[in-house]
Amino acid sequence: MIHKFNQGGKYIVIDVNSGSVHVVDQLVYRILDYYPKLRVEETIKALSKDFKEKDIHEAIEELKFLEKEGLLNSKDNYFQHDSFKNRRPVVKALCLHVSHDCNIRCRYCFASQGDFKGNRLLMDIDVGRRSIDFLLNNSGNRRNLEVDFFGGEPLMNFEVVKAIVEYGREKEKEYGKNIRFTTTTNGVLLNDENMDFINKNMDNVVLSIDGREEINDYMRYTVNGKGTYETIVPKLLKMAEARGHQNYYVRGTFTRHNLDFSEDVLHLADLGFKNISVEPVVAEPHHDYAIREEDLPKVFKHYEALADEYVKRHYDNKGFSFFHFMIDLHQGPCVIKRISGCGAGSEYIAVTPEGDIYPCHQFVGNTDFIIGSVLDNTLNKEMYDSFSEAHVYNKEKCNSCWAKFYCSGGCHANAYNFNKDIMEPYDIGCQMEKKRIECALAIQARLSEEG
Amino acid sequence: MKHIKTLSGATLVNSAAKGGCGECQTSCQSACKTSCTVANQECENK
Repeated sequence: MIHKFNQGGKYIVIDVNSGSVHVVDQLVYRILDYYPKLRVEETIKALSKDFKEKDIHEAIEELKFLEKEGLLNSKDNYFQHDSFKNRRPVVKALCLHVSHDCNIRCRYCFASQGDFKGNRLLMDIDVGRRSIDFLLNNSGNRRNLEVDFFGGEPLMNFEVVKAIVEYGREKEKEYGKNIRFTTTTNGVLLNDENMDFINKNMDNVVLSIDGREEINDYMRYTVNGKGTYETIVPKLLKMAEARGHQNYYVRGTFTRHNLDFSEDVLHLADLGFKNISVEPVVAEPHHDYAIREEDLPKVFKHYEALADEYVKRHYDNKGFSFFHFMIDLHQGPCVIKRISGCGAGSEYIAVTPEGDIYPCHQFVGNTDFIIGSVLDNTLNKEMYDSFSEAHVYNKEKCNSCWAKFYCSGGCHANAYNFNKDIMEPYDIGCQMEKKRIECALAIQARLSEEG
Repeated sequence: MKHIKTLSGATLVNSAAKGGCGECQTSCQSACKTSCTVANQECENK
């Protein structure tokens, strides 16, 4: 299977199964409409108005060479590969919901403005410790483990966060593991003391902000209705500075109220942030802010505009990283990970303040998806296995999709929320993801050829 | 080649041989928390 597209003046061909990416000229791009289905003579006939016969022959020879080298029209044999057949997923990452409470209200909050459709509740240290124990005892031979403090707003329960980190540091030695702690925060409660602790102990920090002041404040406001932008910007900048502009992301959400989200990304870059992630809202269609099918052309236009500016700023020494444009063509994840997907419900689980285990943070609050408990060390094997098997080969739509080894089957929660089936991906999400991948590859092509 | 420039070779094929160690970062954990992109993760077993 191949996928070809034209963006930013580059003609790009992806050989899906080998992972090979080629930048081609217009002739090759056109030939691939016919090759290898048609015979050479037929291809020449089809293109003879626009190209010389000699050149067409030459280009076809180059395509044949790529095929011979396994870089074009290659086969997908991974399903039978030992590395895939013998994989044994273990729990390696926790999303710890230390606070089912929040000090701000966001219109689009998937967590029902912080309480996840339940009582406003903070995790106590006992549940925190049991969660760490659960992770250590269920992680098999994996050395690198991850614990993300999530909410609601984790800084509302910071003493417990500190105690859990202390406990984790003590236990990781005992088990011969390496726990990477991270936290997500809306920034309102950041101060010198907690920033210092976070910077000494957390491998990554996700700082929530949506972009331009009016865009952020329309969606993200305090309990009293006041926008958060003015309060958080100086704090987030201080945090980014203190971390040497590494190992953090400012992370925003865009909705149909700001389909020109590229302006928000650039606004964050203009503020001085170097690591930026702004993502489409995931919401049921009845919400006024939900992204609709008819919005996609505008969304795509702004991804392309952002890609153009991304390259331009790179050459102007004002470059920044945009999470979804970062694809490492040479040292990215192995194909086994790409097949397996995000790992929700198998490698990655979420734990609530009550100690309930869910497949991931997005399922929290839907009690049909309680998969176990850290209080009695249970894990529902049937549900665990069903999530472990939710890989690209078991998703019909993904099997025939060119993007399957980039997105790895998409988000199970989105699939469930829209289609009531974790095996059936959320279509609007797929379309945006494909556009992002094309932009990311076009950027690579432009930086490689123009650099 | 005159008409084709290869940006990256058979990276997926090569990665299968020693793949699946699972030491890498969990994709959703890294920054996004909503929209899954796995290809922008790093391999820990280079």
